[in-house]
Amino acid sequence: MTVLETGLSLGHYLALGAALFCISLAGIFLNRKNVIVLLMSIELLLLAVNINFVAFSRELGDAAGQVFVFFILTVAAAEAAIGLAILVTLFRNRRTIDVADIDTLKG
Amino acid sequence: MDYPLLAFYAFAAAAVMSAVAVISVRNMVQAALFLVLTFFTVACTWILAGAEFLGIALVLVYVGAVMVLFLFVVMMLDIDVARIREGYVRYLPVGLLVAVVMLGEMFVLIGVKARMATPFGVNAASAAKAGDVPNTTWLARALFTDFLLPFEVAAVILTIAVVAAVMLTLRRRVGAKHQNPMDQARVRAADRFRMVKMDASVKPAEPAPGEEAKP
Repeated sequence: MTVLETGLSLGHYLALGAALFCISLAGIFLNRKNVIVLLMSIELLLLAVNINFVAFSRELGDAAGQVFVFFILTVAAAEAAIGLAILVTLFRNRRTIDVADIDTLKG
Repeated sequence: MDYPLLAFYAFAAAAVMSAVAVISVRNMVQAALFLVLTFFTVACTWILAGAEFLGIALVLVYVGAVMVLFLFVVMMLDIDVARIREGYVRYLPVGLLVAVVMLGEMFVLIGVKARMATPFGVNAASAAKAGDVPNTTWLARALFTDFLLPFEVAAVILTIAVVAAVMLTLRRRVGAKHQNPMDQARVRAADRFRMVKMDASVKPAEPAPGEEAKP
């Protein structure tokens, strides 16, 4: 049982990041009609990527990884704010957030 | 098996379980709350890895701001959950299959077993960093020297996002009365108040009504 014998390592964090990434990808598949849960899944995807950045930054002793996580957090916050604003406007105009109903541009 | 590893396994299990709950619960308010739990446990694992500043920033920014925004929006919108959950069962097999296969591929690709063999403290680079300066100082030195321009650009991005969000949701209702500050500032006394010169006119004196009734 080598997994339990060593200390905390890069592999642990990579495994956690991969697991969260796959869970949020499954969430995008399953909740494809619900825009709010889609936005939440995107936040989870970004979080999984951030876990990898933090782990590699610790492994390599390089601050650039953690600085990049900082920027990803910034952009993700901006994305969430604008996404939710678009969602509110959409709901106000169409009274629904079902992705299947948003097909005005369909020929 | 040391204490940080034990704590990491507990946090990782909590994070994975709450992430599964986010994508599977019916109620969207509960999903948002589970997302808060996921972010918090992941922040705990970051602090275990020595990234204290980012762990606290994640809690402050996400749990404090972004998730509150999500909760506001979820509670504000009146959503028919039953209709929106259609197709969940239909896509469940393919979604699970894709996720599990991808997870297996990732594990093979990154070689989890081999990566777990060498702990963080053992290799030279992270040992050189450890015990040097606090994490926040270490991060700030990089952020405000090499990455100063991207830092400023990030600030501009946040400002633009706030302005865009306000522009998208601001609505002029018909019939509501608004003040226009530009017009208010431009107004002059001459537009408001005008003296009109008129000749004085004297009314002819009428006899009092009581006098006329008398014969």
